[in-house]
Amino acid sequence: MRRGLALMAAASATLGAALTHAGVTPAVAVNDAAILEEGFARTLSEYGFFADGAQQLPGAGVTPYALNTPLWSDGAEKLRFIYLPDGTRMTADADGLLQFPVGAAIIKTFAFGEGPERRLIETRLLLHRADGWTALPYRWNAEQTEATLALAGGRIDLVTPAGEAISYAIPNKNQCKACHSKDGVVIPIGPKARNLPAEWLGQMAKRGALDTVPAGADSLPDWRNHATGPAAPLARAYLDVNCAHCHQPGGGASNSGLDLRWEQDDPHAIGIMKRPVAAGRGAGGHEFSILPGAPDQSILLYRMDSAEPGIAMPEIGKSSVDREGSAVVRRWILEMQQ
Amino acid sequence: MKRLVMAAALLASAAPLAAEIHTIAPGEGAAERLQEALILAAPGDEVVLEAGRFVLTDGLSLDVDGVTVRGAGPALSILDFTAQAGAGEGLLVTSDNVTLRDFAVENPKGDGIKSKGADNIVYHRIRVTWTGGPKAENGAYGIYPVESTGVLVSHSEVSGASDAGIYVGQSSKITVRNSIATDNVAGIEIENSRDAIVTQNYVTRNTGGILVFDLPGLPVMGGGNVLITNNLVAGNNTPNFAPPGNIVAGVPRGTGIMVMANEQVWIEDNVVQDNPTAPFMVVAYTQEFDDARYNPFARAVVIANNVVDAGATDPDFPGGAMLLAAFGGTLPPIMWDGLQQDADTPALLTIPGNPGWSLNLSRQGQSLAEAQPGPLDVPAYGQPWAMDGIGAPAELEARLK
Repeated sequence: MRRGLALMAAASATLGAALTHAGVTPAVAVNDAAILEEGFARTLSEYGFFADGAQQLPGAGVTPYALNTPLWSDGAEKLRFIYLPDGTRMTADADGLLQFPVGAAIIKTFAFGEGPERRLIETRLLLHRADGWTALPYRWNAEQTEATLALAGGRIDLVTPAGEAISYAIPNKNQCKACHSKDGVVIPIGPKARNLPAEWLGQMAKRGALDTVPAGADSLPDWRNHATGPAAPLARAYLDVNCAHCHQPGGGASNSGLDLRWEQDDPHAIGIMKRPVAAGRGAGGHEFSILPGAPDQSILLYRMDSAEPGIAMPEIGKSSVDREGSAVVRRWILEMQQ
Repeated sequence: MKRLVMAAALLASAAPLAAEIHTIAPGEGAAERLQEALILAAPGDEVVLEAGRFVLTDGLSLDVDGVTVRGAGPALSILDFTAQAGAGEGLLVTSDNVTLRDFAVENPKGDGIKSKGADNIVYHRIRVTWTGGPKAENGAYGIYPVESTGVLVSHSEVSGASDAGIYVGQSSKITVRNSIATDNVAGIEIENSRDAIVTQNYVTRNTGGILVFDLPGLPVMGGGNVLITNNLVAGNNTPNFAPPGNIVAGVPRGTGIMVMANEQVWIEDNVVQDNPTAPFMVVAYTQEFDDARYNPFARAVVIANNVVDAGATDPDFPGGAMLLAAFGGTLPPIMWDGLQQDADTPALLTIPGNPGWSLNLSRQGQSLAEAQPGPLDVPAYGQPWAMDGIGAPAELEARLK
């Protein structure tokens, strides 16, 4: 119990604003067997990740976190948590990636609406089992009392924060893997040290939940400065977080030859003067992924600015256009020397 | 002895004895039932699509090795994506040893069926159709295996693709046979791939019939060892409807069999008729590129005996009419850009006296406006290179027995 309290204290220090009920003591223990054993729990509550699911109050061993530059999903509010079994910790590898112990879980809840109007739509889980990571989507009921396994995904009509009425897609289990896979193996993509606040990493290290804060931590820009910050790092961070899980060697779109990872520094690989391969009508009549100085002749931006299947990028996880992300990428391409 | 045979059979199939059959009927909740079956199937299982129309709003995906998806026939079991609202393709396969057979995909918003990193895949009696005919709004590829070793496409049919009907990319050990490609920009395209056989297909009413391309800047390059034989490539004269920007948007209407870059492509015993820009076209990569790993030239492309008409009577490129007049009303059947890596590495070889013409370009990437057209003068070919081991592995053919 003391451990739980300590975690909550750490959580509230980092995310105090996001946790309106941070003072509530979690009373639920996480069901480690549900994480580790074969098969899939039918309901989210079986895992015991939350002291209060509807309020998204984490249970013991469950720590909230936030990312510098988050993945955009139709403007959904995302509530992110890491669960580490008692007595285990994360380790930072040579590339600054966080490695999780078997038995860990990464939990992400998608919500729309603010304050009392907030509705939880789905919670996605990554469970670290002995044979690797398993990705599962859970869909919240209308009463907001429980989320049930949605292996085949689903759709729900809702209005985005931008005011657009959309058919929001909950991914199916395979689509989870479509983004979370590299060389055919499911991996976490969010919690990389470079995209996590140094303060949070430091707290985790201090209390033994992380071996060390790796070099390069907290190097991605803070997306909250997207409107005024320098375009290049913001755009590259945005493309890394939103696109590079597929667009990298070994990723789902490796055959395109486009590599949008933060660390990629070959101009052609990130799309500059790169011709399309299998873009089809996604090319929009343009010849290059990025034509420097010409955002309106750049395939990359054309596809970001579309919500139409067959054209839109990313292919899954969006039903509307991220105007803010698009504006940053536009600014970046415009600044490039022709 | 009997036990031995059993054991051998088990080893050969690599599938558990208790393979399950999951039968999915169309109608209420079919999309969810089908996707769940594709997720929960175990290796060796079969997912059976009953006859009827499955109305789908999202892409389907399969990520379990050794699964067969079987319909009641390409005219009977139809995955209808006309109302698709998400995903980049109709069906995505990312697992190995999968067999897709006897069903159709209609009107996907992106590609039809994409299999990526899916080794030893069979497409048999698969139909992918954009029912509105050739339109730029149609998806890019119909049947789309990529980054795979072991691909067999047989008795399948694709029409309406705004890029290539049957497209195999960045793969090896490939057979595309006994299939029909009509009303696509490219009928059949083998791109950045090796060890491929394209045979006994009927390829008509596309912009270009059969294309063998190698492009720069991709993870897998160095296409070659391709055998194109016994195909009927006729009447490919549909105006190019590819969205601009794509490489096939540059394919002239009326192209029969076209090779760009690549090494060792053997073209023999095809019937090539009524392709009014060029029955055969052999060229280097046409664009600028910056990729030291890439060879832009055609090397050792052999045009052997084929049944071909007198040549091109309505070429789809600037200055075509003047050229026609200069050649007496018909351009001879083989068109070459005149570019080769060096004198010891001929781009094109054919039967001495086979009629053809050359653009006589002098450097890669040169504008067509600088062409100096003249008669074809290329070496004669010798013995075929060793072709054993090319094409889909025998195990894939055996699955269809």
